[in-house]
Amino acid sequence: MSVAPAEVDLPRSADNPVSDKPWVTIVWNDPVNLMTYVTYVFQQVFGFPKKKATRLMLDVHHKGKAVVAAGAREAMEHNVEVLHGYGLWATVQHDN
Amino acid sequence: MEPFRPTRGGGARAVLAPAEASLLRSLVGQVIMLIAPDGPPRGQPDGLLDWDALEASLGERQTPEDPVLARLLPDGYRDDPDAASEFRKYTESGLRSAKQQAAQEMLDTLPETGGRIQLTHDQAHAWLKALNDVRLALGVRLGVTEEFEEQWGRLRDDDPQWAAYEVYAWLGAVQESLVEALA
Repeated sequence: MSVAPAEVDLPRSADNPVSDKPWVTIVWNDPVNLMTYVTYVFQQVFGFPKKKATRLMLDVHHKGKAVVAAGAREAMEHNVEVLHGYGLWATVQHDN
Repeated sequence: MEPFRPTRGGGARAVLAPAEASLLRSLVGQVIMLIAPDGPPRGQPDGLLDWDALEASLGERQTPEDPVLARLLPDGYRDDPDAASEFRKYTESGLRSAKQQAAQEMLDTLPETGGRIQLTHDQAHAWLKALNDVRLALGVRLGVTEEFEEQWGRLRDDDPQWAAYEVYAWLGAVQESLVEALA
C-alpha cells in the first residue's frame, strides 16, 4: 500500500499543452564530428533523404547551427537524447 | 588496416593490424572508465530510504566539470540552466549506459590480436558511436578546432602531442570508412 506524493514532476509535455509556438531541436557545429557522419546520423534518426540530411549538415557546418526538427517539447527532448547518444551536440529550444 | 567495406545485409568488414586493435581497445576502455557512473552505490539500508543513493540513481544534475565529460554528456538546453538540469536528471544515467553499451559491444567484436573484423549492421552502429566518443574525448583533450590540419602541421615532430594528433587523424579515417561502408 502506498500514498500518492503531494507533488510530482509532471512530464515535460504537460507543461504547456496549448502553446502555439513549437519547440525545436537544434544541432550545433563542433570541430570533431565528421561531415559524413553527421549526414548519416540525420538520415538514421530522422529518416531524411540524403539530400536533405546533407543540406542540414552543411547548415550546421557553415552557419554554426541548424534546426533539424520542430514540434512538441517531449518529442524534441527525445530527439536530443538520441542525438547525444550519437555524440552530436544538440539542444532543445523554445521557438520564440 | 584495410578500411571498412560494406557486406551483404548492411554490415561492414575490415582488417586491423594487431597494434591497431590494441590501440582501439585501449582508447575505448578509457572512455568506458570515463563515463562509468561514480555516484554512491544504490543499495539502501533496511527500512530507511537512502536519499543520497536515490538522488544519485536519478543521475547527475550539473554539467560535468571535466570538459571531456561535458562534451560526451552535454546539456540538453543551452540558455536555460534549470531546464538543462531537469533534462540531465532524467536522461544522463541512460546516456551513460547507452555509451558504455556501445563501447562494450565494440570491445566484444574487436579481437585483441586484430585481424578480420566482421560486423552486423547493429554492431557497426555500436562501433560508429563508440569511435565517435573516442574522437570527441581525444578532440577535446587536444583542443582540436576546425583547422585541425593546420594545428597538426604547426607541431614539430618531436612534440609530445604529435603522436596523439596522428592517432586522432587515423581514428577519423577509420570512422569515415565505416560511415561510407554503411551509407
